Amino acid sequence: MMAMSKKMLDQEPSEIEMLLPFHAAGTLNARDTRRVDEALASDPELAKQYAVIQEEYAETIHLNESLGAPSARAMQKLFAAIDGEPVRKPSLSTSLSAQISEFFAKLSPRTLAWSASLGAVALLLQAGVIGAVLMKNQTTSFETASIDLKERNAPITRDLGAAVPPRALVRFTPEARIAEITALLDNYQASIVDGAKGGMFRIQFGNRAMGKDEIAGLMSRLQGEKIVSLAVATP
Amino acid sequence: MQVLYGRHHVRVYRFGLRLVRDEQVAEDLISEVFLDVWRQAGKFEGRSAVSTWLLAITRFKALSALRRRKDAELDDEAVNAIEDTSDDPETVVQKKDTGDALRKCLTGLSAEHREIVDLVYYHEKSVEDVAGIVGIPENTVKTRLFYARKKLAELLKAAGIERGWP
Repeated sequence: MMAMSKKMLDQEPSEIEMLLPFHAAGTLNARDTRRVDEALASDPELAKQYAVIQEEYAETIHLNESLGAPSARAMQKLFAAIDGEPVRKPSLSTSLSAQISEFFAKLSPRTLAWSASLGAVALLLQAGVIGAVLMKNQTTSFETASIDLKERNAPITRDLGAAVPPRALVRFTPEARIAEITALLDNYQASIVDGAKGGMFRIQFGNRAMGKDEIAGLMSRLQGEKIVSLAVATP
Repeated sequence: MQVLYGRHHVRVYRFGLRLVRDEQVAEDLISEVFLDVWRQAGKFEGRSAVSTWLLAITRFKALSALRRRKDAELDDEAVNAIEDTSDDPETVVQKKDTGDALRKCLTGLSAEHREIVDLVYYHEKSVEDVAGIVGIPENTVKTRLFYARKKLAELLKAAGIERGWP
């Protein structure tokens, strides 16, 4: 091994010798690290060269660290350039949730609390748009399932399967966050169908009719939610 | 972007500065590098570390910046890297400070040798990473570093410092 390392000085270096700097920097894989360790243990010339390499390694770091850091000008220039970039249009599927999260992360808890009712209105608008689209695209057979207060006074002769799911008037606490309201609606498979009148939202639960006991249990459970200050069953 | 910039801009700057040897140019370089990252974020495939990707872009930008300079100016700069400073290696030797001499000789290496030494020692990149950044085969990475070290030893020897290798 010693003869090999001496030979390398005048001729082509050996594989092990070429790996020494990477060993010093700790970037070799386990197999090569073991090979170098074994060679270093058995070849004093190689070990001597390794000591030289460690010195080079330390001084290279010293030199680079002494170069300092760029001024704030570089960062200002970068972000000015980014601001000047045309607005990109990322795909909705990949960025919408990230954008929403980022937006809400910027708001303080107090702002979020006061924004809760505003968020609910936004949800209502969204529900309205979705509902309008669905209604527009549905066949007339679905229309018979919808209910109108005027129609309720007329004798019901429709299929019982088309009965109206339960609804309730709900008031959320001022501290309620938009994420909490959304989660609650998800948990109850509910959607906002009207509001916010006097701070109350009309919410519909699920897509099937329920018995009186079931509705009472639902209201009781809803009333127990910490972000709900009032929940009253309504036609 | 701010997090990415905060985490990597100093190393990117230093790598660029070692290549272009001009603080103003190096600062312009990092703005260009991170702007490119902003524009091409979707193209990053995660096959290598972000730092490796950044260094590859920095190297490309630095070479482009260097190409914009006059060739003659570049050659003079490389040849006179040691001689054009007031504190030459001989003076350093008189101070009995091998570390100073080593750092000065590291600065005196050619751009090709400087970048390979920096990538391996300072940026702690593996053979595979360096090959990807510089765009050369892995075996060439090893041999180039070996010859960079040999050149460094020659510069030190010329400055009167014998280290027992080669």
